[in-house]
Amino acid sequence: MKRRALRDEPLIFERNPGRGRRGGYLLPETGIPPVDPGTVLPAVQLRPALDGLPALGELEVVQHFHRLSQLNFAVDEGLYPLGSCTMKYNPRVCEAAARLTGFTEVHPLQPDDQVQGALRLLWELEEALKTITGLAGVTLQPAAGAHGELTGMLMIRAALQARGEDRQEVLVPDSAHGTNPASATFAGYRAVEIASGSDGTVDLAELDRMMTDRVAAIMLTVPNTLGVFEHRIVEIAELVHSRGGYIYMDGANLNAFVGRALPSAMGADALHINLHKTFSTPHGGGGPGAGPVAVSPDLVPFLPVPRVVRDGNQTFHIVWDDERSIGPMRGFFGNFLILVRAMAFILGMGGEGLREMSETAVLLANLIRHRLQGAYHLEYTAPSLHEVVLDDSLQQEHGVSNVDIAKRLLDLGFHPPTMSFPLIVHGALMIEPTESAAPEEVEAFCDAMLQIAREAEESPDILHEAPVHTPVRRVDEVQAARHPVLRWTPEP
Amino acid sequence: MHPWIGAGPEDRERILAELGLDSIDGLFSTIPSGVALDRLDLPKALDEESLLHHLGELAAANTTADDRPCFLGAGVYRHVVPSVVGAVLERAEFFTSYTPYQPEISQGTLQAIFEFQTIICQMTGLEVANASLYDGATAVVEAALMAHRLLRGRRNRVVISETVHPLYRRVLQTYTGALGIEVVEVAPGEGGTTAAAALAEAAGDRACCIIVQSPSFTGVVEDLPAVAEAAHGSGALAVQAVAEAVSLGLLAGGGAHGFDIVCGEAQSFGMATSFGGPHLGFFACRQQHMRQMPGRLVGQTVDSDGRRAFCLTLSTREQHIRRAKATSNICSNHGLMALAATVWLELLGGDGLQRVAAASLSAAEAFKARLAGLPGWGLAYPQAPSFNELLVTGPGTGEELARALRQRGVLGGVPSRVFGGPWPDGLLMAFTERTSAADLDALVAAMGEVS
Repeated sequence: MKRRALRDEPLIFERNPGRGRRGGYLLPETGIPPVDPGTVLPAVQLRPALDGLPALGELEVVQHFHRLSQLNFAVDEGLYPLGSCTMKYNPRVCEAAARLTGFTEVHPLQPDDQVQGALRLLWELEEALKTITGLAGVTLQPAAGAHGELTGMLMIRAALQARGEDRQEVLVPDSAHGTNPASATFAGYRAVEIASGSDGTVDLAELDRMMTDRVAAIMLTVPNTLGVFEHRIVEIAELVHSRGGYIYMDGANLNAFVGRALPSAMGADALHINLHKTFSTPHGGGGPGAGPVAVSPDLVPFLPVPRVVRDGNQTFHIVWDDERSIGPMRGFFGNFLILVRAMAFILGMGGEGLREMSETAVLLANLIRHRLQGAYHLEYTAPSLHEVVLDDSLQQEHGVSNVDIAKRLLDLGFHPPTMSFPLIVHGALMIEPTESAAPEEVEAFCDAMLQIAREAEESPDILHEAPVHTPVRRVDEVQAARHPVLRWTPEP
Repeated sequence: MHPWIGAGPEDRERILAELGLDSIDGLFSTIPSGVALDRLDLPKALDEESLLHHLGELAAANTTADDRPCFLGAGVYRHVVPSVVGAVLERAEFFTSYTPYQPEISQGTLQAIFEFQTIICQMTGLEVANASLYDGATAVVEAALMAHRLLRGRRNRVVISETVHPLYRRVLQTYTGALGIEVVEVAPGEGGTTAAAALAEAAGDRACCIIVQSPSFTGVVEDLPAVAEAAHGSGALAVQAVAEAVSLGLLAGGGAHGFDIVCGEAQSFGMATSFGGPHLGFFACRQQHMRQMPGRLVGQTVDSDGRRAFCLTLSTREQHIRRAKATSNICSNHGLMALAATVWLELLGGDGLQRVAAASLSAAEAFKARLAGLPGWGLAYPQAPSFNELLVTGPGTGEELARALRQRGVLGGVPSRVFGGPWPDGLLMAFTERTSAADLDALVAAMGEVS
């Protein structure tokens, strides 16, 4: 449980003003004589001292970050049912694997024969992701889901160009995460919104009308952001393929069906996989993640370089050039230490465990839906997979919004659900428990939500005034945007 | 049953009963049979011992740069990583949380990012820095795209020096190809620096930005004041890419010379080489341009009691609000790596950063002095100012020289034309505060045997 901060933690720049130097860090004794930089570098480019970055003792710095850390809520503290983010447990053995010096102390430009272990790991992870998706090729390069989306869309663009086709549009359902239309734009397409049908899934008649020869692809999240499976996915894919388009599948919600359904059978041409969601690499306060993309045989020639290949002697090589490739999407081979963690997770779970993982994630989401439906409005009633999207319309009758509900949850010791999307549900509360939570934790969350629903009717002021137990109280985000203060500056 | 799954078989039965279902299959009824799967064809679960044994074997199959003198750089550098950095990053409050959407329970992450933004501003000499991007390559791309947006409709050309890291340039080509943006690359002069006049000529009146890297891929400190003047003279934005962030401990960031964007790779601040990632993209610009900036920003505000607090801000630039018209598609960034950099910088302090930079430069200078006594070897650009990386030519191609030194137990450098390039074929050799006199002795001895 969070508690009020006992005292403010000063910014590092506010520490030790004008009291001289302390501590720092002992650098290695190199035995090399120091050279005056002024004799080497252009005088006009030499920097003045970095003022404001004080020299502190080691404990001061450790305490600073320790105290800051205590202001955060985290998966290790309690249920973090942030929908579409899949905030599951990060097994510590995966962390231990990523700290092996044989992985951390390797330079990306060492010759192939010195990095055979790293290359084998990349190759084996690609193979595992091929098995999980049924697809033909994988790139591990993308640093995040959105980066994977762009990578996939650029491959689709390259494939169309190779066919001599210039298509201009990409269809994106109105329920999609914001990265989908943004990625379509950065791939050089015009994102065209397609309205969802009454059950929240793609309306085939609407798709039939919009799927012209100008359309390069449709970007589909499966299951969609409502947690609802596109049950006509095969028909959708047939329609899109028959008109020369591609299926881009957003795998943000893959945790719903690992081992229960195969993206290749759904007709996916490109699918990104958020390793930091389904395969449990830590979210890191915002990243780094990893967003590998798996592709159908049609798109394999266009995969980014560098690629890892295996020769007949079981030796691995890096291929830096391939004429048909879209080119590199970033420096080097991907977020390698994140890929190590994902490989550890897949090996540690095993095939059966991964299937049980998705089954349990769906089970717990449905438990939440079952317990909260009625107390909260459910706009789209189609069966839920790994997440359920409720909304605040019942509470709005008492002047209570999803933000008030979220802030009250903070006081009760839980992270709130996602609220910023899907845009087709007003006042959304998108809840995803994941498989790793104990049922009692999920039930306690449900009890808290039911308590809040009662409070909304009986004493809504509690909700308007929440949170009161957190390190700081409700934060004025409007002022932050109106009068941006984006850095510390010294007092004049 | 599995330790990472919270519900056991009895829980499962109990919950299914509450849901009125006979089996778990009832929850997957919307998945058509044609796409459904009975089982996943992957090996059974490895216990923790076996798992670490297997991955330990893969790790052991790599030669680490710790095993021998190492002079590899080319955008990824071996600087000190104090134990405190790892200890902070291992705190679950930091690494098992996510993007701080709920500021009331995320002040730790938010304040750390605010401190990161502040330090990046100080080092780059600019007014606004974001919360991080993926890496140096994608940061340079975002800079070009931002410049293109700022001058939209009028200027469709990006001018970039060929001595910007070849991978950064290749990634730029990947991105710009789809958007119809023209990229013009400008070769360095014979002395190694990129001539401002050549950049201006390539820009004409059609460039949205001019990008140089300093210190460059070949280790040369560019004439930043002249480049800024050339860019502004042609109506373009001036963009500095930085691949070796420690250089900013001695060299003022481009903002001091009028650059509009300074961005790049900050792996040097507390991140291991880690086979290329995860590292850290950083990005800073002028306040007047901040609404076209990519990535997340943390701002200072107050809570309802008037207490200082921080939150994500100016998010109307971002994909979750602006969707197809967002300034970038980025969502997850490299927050934990930004935290690593913040811890590293705050532990060392401004003074420590300067000492790291000076020691790196001193090691390179000591090597230069020794090089004079090595027949057949020499500096490609003896007249150009350098920081901690040198393009060294010798008796053979870069690949041959690297192999010959490797056979003598030294990771002597990166072949300078590993990604092509118009510069002499030799070795890029990088020096840091971790380079010892003994390392230099080993390098020089190995080089002396290669002729």
